[in-house]
Amino acid sequence: MKLVVVGHGPTSSRLVEALVAKGFGGRITVLGEEPRAAYDRVALTSYLTGRSAEDLTYPVPEGVVLRLASRITGIDRDNRTVTTADGHVEPYDVLVLATGSSPFVPPVPGRELAGCFVYRTIDDLDAIREAAAGAGSGVVIGGGLLGLEAADALRGLGLSTHVVEMGGWLMPRQVDEGGGAVLRGHVEALGLTVHTEAGAREIVAGPDGRVAGLVKPDGETIEAQVVVFSAGVRPRDELARQAGLEVGDRGGIAVDDGMRTSDPAIYAVGECALHDGMVYGLVGPCFTMAEVAADRILGGQAAFARADPSTKLKLLGVEVAQFGAMDGALDVTFMDPVGGVYQKLFVSDDARTLLGGICVGDATPYNTLKPFVGRDLPGAPSELLFTGGPAGMDLPDDAQVCSCNNVTKGQVCAAIADHGLTDVAGIKGCTRAGTTCGSCLPMLKQILIRSGVEVSKALCEHFAHSRAELFDIVRVRGITTFSQLIDEHGAGRGCDVCKPVVASILASLGNGHILDGEQAALQDTNDHFLANIQRNGTYSVVPRIPGGEITPDKLIVIGEVARDFGLYTKITGGQRIDLFGARVEQLPLIWKRLVDAGFESGHAYGKALRTVKSCVGSTWCRYGVQDAVGLAISLELRYRGLRSPHKLKSAVSGCARECAEARGKDFGVIATEQGWNLYVGGNGGFTPRHADLFASDLSTEELIRTIDRFLMFYVRTADRLQRTSAWLESQGLEYVKQVVLEDSLGICADLDAQMDRHVASYADEWRTAIEDPGKLRRFVSFVNAPATPDPSIAFTAERDQIKPVLLPLEVVRS
Amino acid sequence: MTVLSEATTTVWTAVCAYTDLLPERGACALVGRHQIALFRTFDGELFAIGNQDPFSGAQVLSRGIVGTRAGEPSVASPMHKEVFSLVTGVCLDDPAVAVPTYPIRVADGTVEVGVR
Repeated sequence: MKLVVVGHGPTSSRLVEALVAKGFGGRITVLGEEPRAAYDRVALTSYLTGRSAEDLTYPVPEGVVLRLASRITGIDRDNRTVTTADGHVEPYDVLVLATGSSPFVPPVPGRELAGCFVYRTIDDLDAIREAAAGAGSGVVIGGGLLGLEAADALRGLGLSTHVVEMGGWLMPRQVDEGGGAVLRGHVEALGLTVHTEAGAREIVAGPDGRVAGLVKPDGETIEAQVVVFSAGVRPRDELARQAGLEVGDRGGIAVDDGMRTSDPAIYAVGECALHDGMVYGLVGPCFTMAEVAADRILGGQAAFARADPSTKLKLLGVEVAQFGAMDGALDVTFMDPVGGVYQKLFVSDDARTLLGGICVGDATPYNTLKPFVGRDLPGAPSELLFTGGPAGMDLPDDAQVCSCNNVTKGQVCAAIADHGLTDVAGIKGCTRAGTTCGSCLPMLKQILIRSGVEVSKALCEHFAHSRAELFDIVRVRGITTFSQLIDEHGAGRGCDVCKPVVASILASLGNGHILDGEQAALQDTNDHFLANIQRNGTYSVVPRIPGGEITPDKLIVIGEVARDFGLYTKITGGQRIDLFGARVEQLPLIWKRLVDAGFESGHAYGKALRTVKSCVGSTWCRYGVQDAVGLAISLELRYRGLRSPHKLKSAVSGCARECAEARGKDFGVIATEQGWNLYVGGNGGFTPRHADLFASDLSTEELIRTIDRFLMFYVRTADRLQRTSAWLESQGLEYVKQVVLEDSLGICADLDAQMDRHVASYADEWRTAIEDPGKLRRFVSFVNAPATPDPSIAFTAERDQIKPVLLPLEVVRS
Repeated sequence: MTVLSEATTTVWTAVCAYTDLLPERGACALVGRHQIALFRTFDGELFAIGNQDPFSGAQVLSRGIVGTRAGEPSVASPMHKEVFSLVTGVCLDDPAVAVPTYPIRVADGTVEVGVR
């Protein structure tokens, strides 16, 4: 079967993915109008804040033929072919129209002027960015969801930004007048100017022929060099009209419950489709259409039902959500003008059945109450609003928890039970819930906790606590030794799991040198010898080279030490030098030389900060906008020695070209014209992950405070050996932002103090070790022959350096 | 007879002072060609097992973390974390594998290990 899809956006991408996943055996050809493959349009604005087009692009399954920059000019239904603008004719057995929509540009005089844009594609954003570079102010026509997003983008580009809305308040489709007023307060607090009950009478040009301003109906002129139209969208149904397919009076390709148009060989999905009188612009219903069409094409009977138009989004840092109906017999409102929170529930006349709700400033009721729409409320409406919803409630099984991917609570529970899932990542993998907008992640976690699947938090047989719980016990009770902790809170004498965890907690809380007293016995061999064990029992040595900057003299010292001790040398990925093949008794001798030359421990052996990589930055690079090396050095010196649940890596790039690969790091910093963007939760390793943008355009001082808090919150709450990437996914990016940026838990002062203590108490572990005869006693090959080299260690040569000779095994097998 | 013959062939070698061994931390002694990992547990008891990690071949068991598994004194190899009983030398994660054990005692504050 030859299947042709016209259009390549998120819905088209989802359709193709679903077809391939369900085992479609025919040939799939996708014809896209844009010059690039489908990308995540929901996250479009993030393209302007650092995400690349590649990041946003959906993967295309193998075997699918994708023709880009191919606009279709006609459908020949009789011969079952489509023709592209360049004359290519593609035959089909089944055709799917996924042509999306186009921005509606009202017929305002001057709308063709240079400097007028719409906000839909990556190309649009490129053009807006270019125009904004020389501009001082911008205006967005339309104060709806997309309009505010566009306004946010203009603000981010440094423009003084106006929003012009025809209606009486912002986002009239999602919130009522009261909510609109609270939203306006938030928006104005960010420095945007809002004009309601206003439109554009005319767009006027300056002497250069480009846009110079917008004239409102009342005659007032708003000066602007950039105008963005965001006055709604219209379904792209022109091909369907031309081909004689049935379309709606107000646009949209008419489809049945199976997404089939009036021609049985042609389907339509996404924003171009008109189902039961409705056109949908939200990703959730569009994805559902794609799934339904895929099922039908494969002979199934899936049906699309009138979709839930609920929305929850965060615009300009403000949560806005709407679910269910926007009116009802009764309504209950909670309003906090100080905190900028507005929440309203619509209920039936007996106040028992929830009909819908509106939230501005805090969308908790969306998360907790949306599944109850059309059902009996689990409590009195006012109480639910005040308490943030029924924390201990049990949702009905058919309640939808993920509206983007149409997943019910029952499906989530079934996946947990069938696959023995123990974490949210598992639920995402099995059900797709939470993989699109992520707003349901807190609910998924609640379901997991309530699912009856006991998720054991016990660290090991000696402690029934998680690492985070042990951290709190140690911190709150002021415990300073492992023996006290295990006596009072554990059993037995510990093991290789709990001892390093406790050692790390004690070190994070500033309990002196890691080899002091009883702490020494808790350390893994790497921490114990302050070096990294290698496969033949020798160790490697990594001196700290902050930011990768090193003087020629220091390079020579490293070379001399390596030569004198016969070590293998290799440049690491973290911009430093690793010296391999040192025997335990050589380590203090090597380090004496390094410390004397001004080196200090690089903590390559520890679950601690490793390096802060950097590009060469604005000092030398002609593209650099900030001093990346200087910042990297100060970050590395600030966080050196910080013990954490897992290793920490960082990098600083001096411009958006990102040569330091900061987005692959636990915390990465990328310079902007205005300051620094902070990215967190990146990871190379087994499961690579790009870091998420955490905060933008920070001053150096703000950046450091934010990283301080982020790291300390991670150190406090992560599980053992949980990298920031997994931790961030388990906590949720938004939650961590609230804690770190908005101090929602009220712990930031405490986190700051803890980091300040760490910085103040830092001492080089190697310098301390070589100056202390007691600590040096452990660096011997044999307790009865301290200077005798281990006779089992031997090397051969390879490429002019040493290479370990692998040891013969004498395994005793009974 | 057996006991007598064993006793006559066990050679005790002094390796270090008892206080050279730190609680819950190993040390290695070189006795002839044998590398022997010595351990002093939290309650003061001494154990001696072969130093070679049978999984990696490296002479490293003395550098592992000492603890207990189900109450039995144990050490985890620093290479890939297999746990061995200090009492029997058996690998508790793979009981088909074991390392040798050696008799160990304290005489006049000096630790001695027996090698046959």
